[in-house]
Amino acid sequence: MSTRRWQLITPYLLLLPSVVFLLVFFAYPMVAAFALAFRAEDGGWTLKHFQTMIRDVAFAPAFRTTILLILIIVPVQFTLALIMALLVQAKLKFSGLFLYIYAIPLGISELAAGIVWFALFTERGYLNTLLTGLGLLDKPFIFLSYQNTGWLLFAVVLAEAWRATSIVMVILVAGLQSIPHEFLEAADVFGATLWDKVWRVILPLLRPSLQVALILRTILAFQVFAVAIAVAGRGITLLAAEAYRWYDSYRNPSVAASFAVLIMLLSIISTVLYLWGLRTPEEQSL
Amino acid sequence: MAEIRLENVRKVFGKTVATRDVSLTIHDREFMVLLGPSGCGKTTLLRGIAGLEQIDAGRIHIGGQDVTDLPPRKRRIAMVFQSYAVFPHLTVYENIAFGLRMQRVPAAEMKKRVQAAADLLQIANLLDRYPAQVSGGQRQRVAVARAIAVQAEVLLMDEPLSNLDALLRLEMRAELKRLLKELNSTVVYVTHDQVEALSLGDRIAVMKDGEILQCDTPLAVYDYPANDFIGGFIGNPPMNFLDGKAAMNGAGAAVTAGGVTFQPPPTVQSALQAKPVAGVRLGIRAENIETNPSPAESALAGTVLVVEPLGSHNLLTVQVGGERVKVNTRADAAFQPGQAIWLKLAPDKIRWMDHESGRTLG
Amino acid sequence: MRSSTALLRRFGRALTYGLAVLVSLWVIVPIYLIGVAAFSEQLAVYTYPRPFFPSPFSTETMEFFLRSSGVLASARSSVIVALITLVLSTLIGAPAGYAIARFVFRGRDSFRLLVVSTRAFPIVILSIPLAVTFIRWDMYDSAYSLALMHTALALPFTILITSSVFASVPRDLEEAAMTLGCNQFEAFLRIALPLALPGLAAATLFTFVLSWNEVFAAVILTVRNRTLPALVLTVLDESPLPYRFAGGFFMLAPSLVFMLFIRKYLFNLWGRVTK
Repeated sequence: MSTRRWQLITPYLLLLPSVVFLLVFFAYPMVAAFALAFRAEDGGWTLKHFQTMIRDVAFAPAFRTTILLILIIVPVQFTLALIMALLVQAKLKFSGLFLYIYAIPLGISELAAGIVWFALFTERGYLNTLLTGLGLLDKPFIFLSYQNTGWLLFAVVLAEAWRATSIVMVILVAGLQSIPHEFLEAADVFGATLWDKVWRVILPLLRPSLQVALILRTILAFQVFAVAIAVAGRGITLLAAEAYRWYDSYRNPSVAASFAVLIMLLSIISTVLYLWGLRTPEEQSL
Repeated sequence: MAEIRLENVRKVFGKTVATRDVSLTIHDREFMVLLGPSGCGKTTLLRGIAGLEQIDAGRIHIGGQDVTDLPPRKRRIAMVFQSYAVFPHLTVYENIAFGLRMQRVPAAEMKKRVQAAADLLQIANLLDRYPAQVSGGQRQRVAVARAIAVQAEVLLMDEPLSNLDALLRLEMRAELKRLLKELNSTVVYVTHDQVEALSLGDRIAVMKDGEILQCDTPLAVYDYPANDFIGGFIGNPPMNFLDGKAAMNGAGAAVTAGGVTFQPPPTVQSALQAKPVAGVRLGIRAENIETNPSPAESALAGTVLVVEPLGSHNLLTVQVGGERVKVNTRADAAFQPGQAIWLKLAPDKIRWMDHESGRTLG
Repeated sequence: MRSSTALLRRFGRALTYGLAVLVSLWVIVPIYLIGVAAFSEQLAVYTYPRPFFPSPFSTETMEFFLRSSGVLASARSSVIVALITLVLSTLIGAPAGYAIARFVFRGRDSFRLLVVSTRAFPIVILSIPLAVTFIRWDMYDSAYSLALMHTALALPFTILITSSVFASVPRDLEEAAMTLGCNQFEAFLRIALPLALPGLAAATLFTFVLSWNEVFAAVILTVRNRTLPALVLTVLDESPLPYRFAGGFFMLAPSLVFMLFIRKYLFNLWGRVTK
């Protein structure tokens, strides 16, 4: 075969295993999940599983908590991530060290993060020790009781913020690095304060990165489950945790699949919302 | 026998035609320079000869063999890249030996050839070092040594001197010329620097917009450019051009420029009579103009604008009518800016070009 | 006037440093504290108020954790699954990365888009149907099937990182090798691969940690051959504090080492092909 022919087909040959693998392990399960969720025993279509899912007593709280978690976590994380990203880019000495430290949580699993913050918030935990030591408490406060859903949620939010902010930070740092520093220098020359610079120059130019990070983080947030179990035990339930429960404890893969489909739908809806809400008109892009 | 024959070579990138049906024959052991401004297609042509680009139409023959469909390693070539492309993870020795290793040359022979190449490029003392540990100029020598060690029939060089600083470039140019003379290979050398082209090549192929405009010895390209682009591209300073009008008078065709009437030589005369043109451009080089502080016969009248003393001679910029002309004078000729001056053009050195197409007449 | 702006700038600088340090503490202190808990004596775990220093430093709690039923076996399972994932995703993904980096071909951008978009798939929707399928095909509850799932998760990252790594090796090095007698494959093997090795190593490290940390699929796809996170999760509410603290620390320890090595390639994880 001539060199030219080889040159043309080689890339496709190299790509083939990946394409096949991705089709089998992404396309197929997705289709199969829909099939599981909507198929009845006799082979026809049914909404029975979906109905079971929605009518379950734990569904509404799980749904509410998941949405609430996302609504709180996303702004918190993004503010934190932006601060971290700006700090890393601020040309400080040791910025390499700071970057390493801020990125450590990237490699920490949900479960480990949950256990860490459990250790902080538990009755005989570090937070209580600190507060007692500072004289703000006489005896340990039970943060993690099942009645205190507010505090439970707070602890879960902290744990997730602690763990997953690094992902957002890395995306933002990459975006910041692609902003030519002449723009910021021009802003300086024209008398902009720090607040001005961030709000009027950096954020608008960071829009594409923000969009990517938001989409990614929200989709990942819909799948949070182990951290809630580790921190709050049975006190809080989330959609992904319910999916697991229906599969494992109740042995009902169909309802579990319904949860999966719901999560997928919510992910798609939020992605579309972000894409629409944060779209950068062509004329305004870099 | 390593003659290179290019037949109607055509290469297109997307919508851009890089080389347009280029045909060229490079003789065995010839040093051919491909010269032109960036984007003219010279590097594309070189890479086509190497086999690094697959051409879209045409054929390439090396040493009588049709290599058009063959990969680089089967073409009996060696190449020096503009960026040197010296392998960072191998020592200088291993770099030079790389091609020999691929050919499974026995160890003793390989050692001999590497040593010989290193000696020739004067880098024998650097053989155990890694490329990161040697200077840019030395890396360039490694690249050249690596290419000559394989003793290929064809040596291709893509602007090998362009990344060196000016002084080093001058040295290496002379050294390369001396070195490559001793080899038995055909050399194809790409550059945008006309000084390099004039000094190194047996023949120069001047390219523009994917075509070869003229292929000739350096002297011929310098003295008898095929069109005004070549006249302006080669030589420092570039060739001067004066716009003139052609008219028929008693003695045949005559061209008037700058207020002076010139009688072109017979070949140009017949060309003008066969196919009359409206405008004629006169090309004349700075060193072929005689300067006079007082009026002279058939001399153009002008005013000195700038005097640049260059050490060995002075370079004057003279305003003649609406045009500017560069003239070389002796270093001690005392011309001042603002002074009136008369320029006498050496008649046998005037080149006559068609104003519209730029082509040289006759 | 001059000195006050200089002072202000110095003050601002100090504030920035302070903030940076504060944020660093926010990241490090919880890890430190769980390390303290993991390395205190077992009874010390129950003391209150909690000491901020392990006194004395003891490996008792860790040993208790490691000796608990199933822990070592599941840790070994985790390692096996991670290793298989690592090998599979590199073997499948690196060629694709090379293709994206070196070749211009129709469909290149669509493929890149496909790869990036797979990261948006919830693991939930992937693992539940696969669990059902694996049961049907008698592949359930094995390290290999979980490794397949993890490979699917890791593949997009591997492809993107390796494409970035290969793109950073100058193309003319491979071209030079081809003019010296190599065919495309030999040029890849002798030139591109050795120079890409550090980046590839980082990619494999990332894959390892991804697999090591993964919880949901692990807990769905395994029953008896649990990986470590799956095991810990299922026994979490019945396990005593020392078990949890030591387990938590043990699970996040690899991350500290891992981040040290992968620092340079952080920005390639998200699909940006760097120059």
